[in-house]
Amino acid sequence: MGNAAVTVRNLWAKYVGSGDWVLRGVNLEVREGEMLFLMGPSGCGKSTLLKVLAGLLPWVIPGTVEGEVLVAGVDVLRYGYKGLAGKVGVVYQNPEVQVVTRSVFEELAMAPENLGLPKEEVRARVESVAKALGLEDYLFKDPQSLSGGEKQLVAIASVLAMRPRVLLLDEPTSMLDHLGTRLVLDLITQLKREYGLTIVAAEHRVEWAVEVADRVAVMSDGAVVLEGSPSEVFSRVEEVQKYGVRPPGVSEVAYNLVRMGFPIRIPVRLSEMEEVLGGG
Amino acid sequence: MIVFEKVSYQYPRGPSAIRDVTLEIKKGEFVGVIGHSGAGKTTMAKLAVGLLKPTKGRVLVEGMDTAKTPVSELARKVGYVYQNPDMMLFASSILEEVSFALRNLGYPESEIEERVLRALRAVDLNKPLSASPHALSFGEKHRLAIACVLAVEPDYIILDEPTTGLDYYRCLLLFEVLRKLHQAGRTVIVITHDLDLLARFSTRVIVLERSTVIGDGKPREVLGDVEFLSEHGFVPTHLLQLARRTGSEDLTPEGVARTVAARLRRQASA
Repeated sequence: MGNAAVTVRNLWAKYVGSGDWVLRGVNLEVREGEMLFLMGPSGCGKSTLLKVLAGLLPWVIPGTVEGEVLVAGVDVLRYGYKGLAGKVGVVYQNPEVQVVTRSVFEELAMAPENLGLPKEEVRARVESVAKALGLEDYLFKDPQSLSGGEKQLVAIASVLAMRPRVLLLDEPTSMLDHLGTRLVLDLITQLKREYGLTIVAAEHRVEWAVEVADRVAVMSDGAVVLEGSPSEVFSRVEEVQKYGVRPPGVSEVAYNLVRMGFPIRIPVRLSEMEEVLGGG
Repeated sequence: MIVFEKVSYQYPRGPSAIRDVTLEIKKGEFVGVIGHSGAGKTTMAKLAVGLLKPTKGRVLVEGMDTAKTPVSELARKVGYVYQNPDMMLFASSILEEVSFALRNLGYPESEIEERVLRALRAVDLNKPLSASPHALSFGEKHRLAIACVLAVEPDYIILDEPTTGLDYYRCLLLFEVLRKLHQAGRTVIVITHDLDLLARFSTRVIVLERSTVIGDGKPREVLGDVEFLSEHGFVPTHLLQLARRTGSEDLTPEGVARTVAARLRRQASA
């Protein structure tokens, strides 16, 4: 992992009409190829932070933003979302708002076309992203005929066709059932492992976080209050709970054991629990 | 008791959404219903409230056939909280919102206010009665929608994916509210994807797949069977997997910890 893909220094932000600051002095750095999870209760500021990183606040959504934000080398507060075109992709909670065309092919072609790429290049990108994500059979289907999970795959694929350096995910599975969630999580895990994309995700699925995240930042009241590897963050069960984040099930079990007087280290992953159980 | 007798339901020009379902929900149960999108969960809920009438078979609520009983009569017995609270809320104040159904059912004014306050207390919503429902946060709107249903004091309350859009803390708060209702003698039926919450709170879990019931039993029988869950496309949480691995019948973190503790003590003394 090399240079910083995202740098945030002393970031303050508020919406027109929100009165108080929603982000209150956020500092954060994400290195190239790293996957960072933003976690915290509703209203903690994680979605707002993503909106600033995407150059939407205050460029599309009116508000006030102060501080320093560099994403993929672009000074976002100076150049906004236009400066990020082709460099940063965003996937939202609800695929319904993101999937707009009448065929999956058109959907995947839209971003590269908007970047003004020649027709052959657009086609090549659509085909390569469809192949990479196993969506070849979907290309001429109507996105509206797909399940929620499949639509979200298309939304992600359409963003990837842009070949962004940084992918921003705003709770991409919160509207999906177990099948859809599994499809999307498997895909994102694959993107990280095989393509080394830098990913910043607002996400509440802690058991996925402990398996794939390099780093976790817990936010509360507009600031980052806990930060570190999943093990560093989630082994602090009481603190994590205090900030309104669900601890991993195994950590909660281990925490109960510690309170019963067992001198064990608190694991965060299922596989690490074997050590505590001691075989058999 | 809510009874489904060989119930099928087919949407006009659509495939069947519920096929030949027979089951009973007894008073005092806390039932979780799980299933993928399109499995028939919402259809089943709407059949139980009488918003949909079976195309085959019968649904009986406390002995009343839903096909022959006015919805207003059924509403006194069964309340239904929509997945999206915005589908339910329309009034300009909290008071008007919660008292709407009571007025429709002809309760006297003196009793209405008492019931409204009781319902708002039960969901822990401390906002002025004059406040606009639309100015509330999503979680508050949800609790208001539940209060609207509670005010009628139905014996059965059905909630359709009430945890969507709620964070962990608010999910726990909501389920604590449901637990209180359950302890006060109400029958609670919740449709959700959150297996850990059901493991913690429910007394029974029903699994729907492609319009039929494929699993029905105590949480430890259904959610404890992680192979069954995986086979049917559900993602068993780490807690459920750990419960299975250690043979814990109790699926809560505290219960699994007690099982592990007993095991560690045995290992230490061996």
